[in-house]
Amino acid sequence: MPVAPISAIFSISDRNKPMAASEANATIENAAPNRVRRFFSAFRHLFDRPVTAFGTTVFLLFVLLALVGPSIAPYGANEQVYADARQAPSVEHWFGTDNLGRDVFSRVLYGARVVLTQAGLGTILAVICGTFLGLVTGYRSGWLDEITMRLFDSLLALPALLLALLLLGTVGQSQNAVLIVIVVVYTPIVARVARSVVLSVRTKGFVEAAQLQGESQRWILFREILPSVMPALTVEGALRFSYAIFLVASLGFLGVGVQPPSPNWGLMVSEARVYASQLPWALFFPAAAIALLVIGVNLMADGVKNTLQSSD
Amino acid sequence: MDESNATLTIKNLTVAYRHGKQWFEAVRDFSLQIRSGQTYGLVGESGSGKSTVALAIMRHLGQNGRVQTGEILFENRDMLQLSTSDMQQVWGKQAALVPQDPPSSLNPSIRIGEQIAEILRQHGSLSSNEARSRSVELLQMVRVPDPERVAHSYPHEISGGMQQRALIAMALSTEPRLLVLDEPTTGLDVTTQAAVLDLFRDLIEDRQTAALYVTHNLGVVARICHRVAVLYAGELVEDAPVEDIFHRPLHPYTIGLLDSVPQIGQSKLRVELHAIPGQIPSLQDRSSGCVFAPRCALAIDLCHQERPPLDIPEDGRRVRCHRWPEIAAGEISISQESKSITHMPILDSSEQVLELDDLQVYFEFGRSLKDVYTRQPGQIVKAVDGVNLRLSKGQTLGIVGESGSGKTTLARAVVGLAIRTGGEIDLLGINLPPDLNKRPVETRKLLQYVFQNPEEALNPYMTIGETLRRPFITLLNKSSKEADVEVNKLLQAVRLPVDYSRRLPGQLSGGEKQRVAIARAFATQPDLLIADEPVSALDVSVQASILNLLRELQSDNNNTQIFISHDLAVVAYVADLIAVMYVGHIMELAAAESLFQPPYHPYTEALLSAIPSLDPLAKHDHIRLQGDVPSQVNLPSGCPFHPRCPRYFGDICKIETPPWQETEAGHRVFCHIPLEDLNTAQRRAAGEIAPD
Repeated sequence: MPVAPISAIFSISDRNKPMAASEANATIENAAPNRVRRFFSAFRHLFDRPVTAFGTTVFLLFVLLALVGPSIAPYGANEQVYADARQAPSVEHWFGTDNLGRDVFSRVLYGARVVLTQAGLGTILAVICGTFLGLVTGYRSGWLDEITMRLFDSLLALPALLLALLLLGTVGQSQNAVLIVIVVVYTPIVARVARSVVLSVRTKGFVEAAQLQGESQRWILFREILPSVMPALTVEGALRFSYAIFLVASLGFLGVGVQPPSPNWGLMVSEARVYASQLPWALFFPAAAIALLVIGVNLMADGVKNTLQSSD
Repeated sequence: MDESNATLTIKNLTVAYRHGKQWFEAVRDFSLQIRSGQTYGLVGESGSGKSTVALAIMRHLGQNGRVQTGEILFENRDMLQLSTSDMQQVWGKQAALVPQDPPSSLNPSIRIGEQIAEILRQHGSLSSNEARSRSVELLQMVRVPDPERVAHSYPHEISGGMQQRALIAMALSTEPRLLVLDEPTTGLDVTTQAAVLDLFRDLIEDRQTAALYVTHNLGVVARICHRVAVLYAGELVEDAPVEDIFHRPLHPYTIGLLDSVPQIGQSKLRVELHAIPGQIPSLQDRSSGCVFAPRCALAIDLCHQERPPLDIPEDGRRVRCHRWPEIAAGEISISQESKSITHMPILDSSEQVLELDDLQVYFEFGRSLKDVYTRQPGQIVKAVDGVNLRLSKGQTLGIVGESGSGKTTLARAVVGLAIRTGGEIDLLGINLPPDLNKRPVETRKLLQYVFQNPEEALNPYMTIGETLRRPFITLLNKSSKEADVEVNKLLQAVRLPVDYSRRLPGQLSGGEKQRVAIARAFATQPDLLIADEPVSALDVSVQASILNLLRELQSDNNNTQIFISHDLAVVAYVADLIAVMYVGHIMELAAAESLFQPPYHPYTEALLSAIPSLDPLAKHDHIRLQGDVPSQVNLPSGCPFHPRCPRYFGDICKIETPPWQETEAGHRVFCHIPLEDLNTAQRRAAGEIAPD
């Protein structure tokens, strides 16, 4: 084996490395960490590097805002104080007020909950559906695989936003419709990632050994193969989440899927657009919130990727 | 040692790798001298630091490696002091490296001829045309048949052996005075390896090049090296002329290595292989005493406390051991020559376990849309073509063959991982359907499989305990409590500590993983166990312990085994019956003792003569196969071996399928040549009877 000296000598457990690696490793690691601890130890790495730590902090901050935002917000999401309308940022109204007298700061706080639930729930559902389809089609192959993949190809051929508009036109416009859109748009992408890992794992000895032992297909898919797919899925899920935030905001901006007076950040930007020259703060703060959250999640996703790729 | 006429002198070389903020020494205080025309073997198992030495010489250590102390004098210039631009004159021109892995060392998008010509233009001041014609000459020199065609090929269009030859041609193109060969034949088949080794030996002798040959294969060293340095955990433990290493080794590690390799003629029924217990220590926990002491059968207190000096027992020899004088005098010994074999499987020929009747496994590929429309089949690879076999209880069948021989496909068809195209498989009288999913569940208990690569055989995310419990739960319907008890018993049976059940595979060494994989296969006490190259990924000292384990388990369960390997010596050691396979056909089937007595099939003869012997003085038969294993899409007519056969008999070989000929000893040969003629010719070649 030409080079891989460092892993050949130290305890970087890597099942793909040649024999020398693990031969030398075995003596080092003695305590067997349990599964749960291994899982959480990965999250500790989210604060390893400054850039990743920043992303994770931003993300956690927004999660906190989504949880407690409504109770700390000085005003209601749609509470209109006509006397205070069109005010610049001040001690009273940190982010100023819009033309209807609504407190922009309070609306941004409420909006965090809207965007994180929609994007988060949508991503989780897409990851679950995509993983299931990827596992089954990748493992079974044959005509089922062929049909599903061609269907996904045609879905992927459409730009995400166009597909979203088409779907919303069909299923009608509601909060749930946005969820459906995220699931439909991202399931094929997740499924492809899952399937590609399944294809490389299913010919490995441990899967074939399970087949020889007469394990059920369910056991093989979810107990033997799924753990190997998890690292790739985690990275993909984190990335999809940042795109989903973007998609939710974009749909809000286009005014589809969500109706006024919802405190959707995209919708807020869209409403404030008309008064951009007079009330720039009403446009700036929701836009900045979108940007900050997307950047934060992206940096965190990068960190997840680096951690999983180096430790696995 | 006279320093002035040495081409390469390494003095007190210490190389370290960084991990985190610490530096760990991978090679410690290593010295060596190579003269021109000399081939120096550098032997060690994985983790011994042998590749690190090679990389340090070529200054190819990665970012995380550095030379801490020492000098590397190449023709009296210290390579470590040269600037990068000076090194560019050395690299390729004066010192060349032949790397281990041909496919990843050649540029896949440049033709072979152009890759060689590039070096010539860089160093040789040749014009483009001259360089091009010279590259064809070089390919001819490394005995590439049809060099013009190869020069015009891309790397993927030629075989592994040809790729390796192209790399050798590249290394030799500038007539370097130092060649560093880093496991150059490890990925090659034995017959190809034999041809490449012959080539090395001739070229190094012709050109008086100094060569450092890094390898783990002792047979290869015996065949081409003049001197040998044995490396263990980064330290030189023994350095001697090749005859002394093999006939009078002084260091316990060298002795252990030699004893752990099975040799042709040894059988598990008579000899137990000597395995070195334990494993090579990692860099962090190398002891302050002798590095080998924790694994050494002869270690005394002194060995654990004090690092032995590098003694010079006689002129031209060096050894690092406290007890070498006693070993040299024959007062102590670690060889267990007459250790009697207590466990022995009982052969019961009345009970038939497996019967294969005309087994065929074909694969179809490259079926185009037009083929589908016109209902034509695509191209067909006949991986296994008409194999008949019968195995009795307690018998071990060894299947030997080079890559592409169909030996693995045969095994996979038997267990149901590959779906057979035709023929019948009977296991204990039960006919097994081709598809694994259609086989009765109870047959799965009877038939188990050990995979080739222990790295992939265990689920990296499941603990050893979880993995081993499954067969008890799914196949034997035990409760999980009962299963846990059985898992402990299994771990003890394969000589692993019981607390390993809580570990993940990543925390085990390769040998330990293979033990777990074997344990899983033995969980149901199968009547037939198929082991597909179970030791090929392991170091020799570990390999011996796995072979011993398989024998012990076999005698406890008295099961039948099929053991597949590319290594004829290993197969001969474990098997009672040997099948030699070539492109999907069994060429020869014989009892292990009689296979090595003529008459044998010409292919077997070529295999036997290609195996490097552990005796450097042994006379080497010079049967070398021409060309490559044929494409399995277009197999030669008649006897599939005829285009490469060293004893080609005539047109009949091209036209007719050979008959099965049988000797009195029950030795079956698939060949046209009458057995008496084969016998005479082969005995003559072996020097047993005088030539006409």
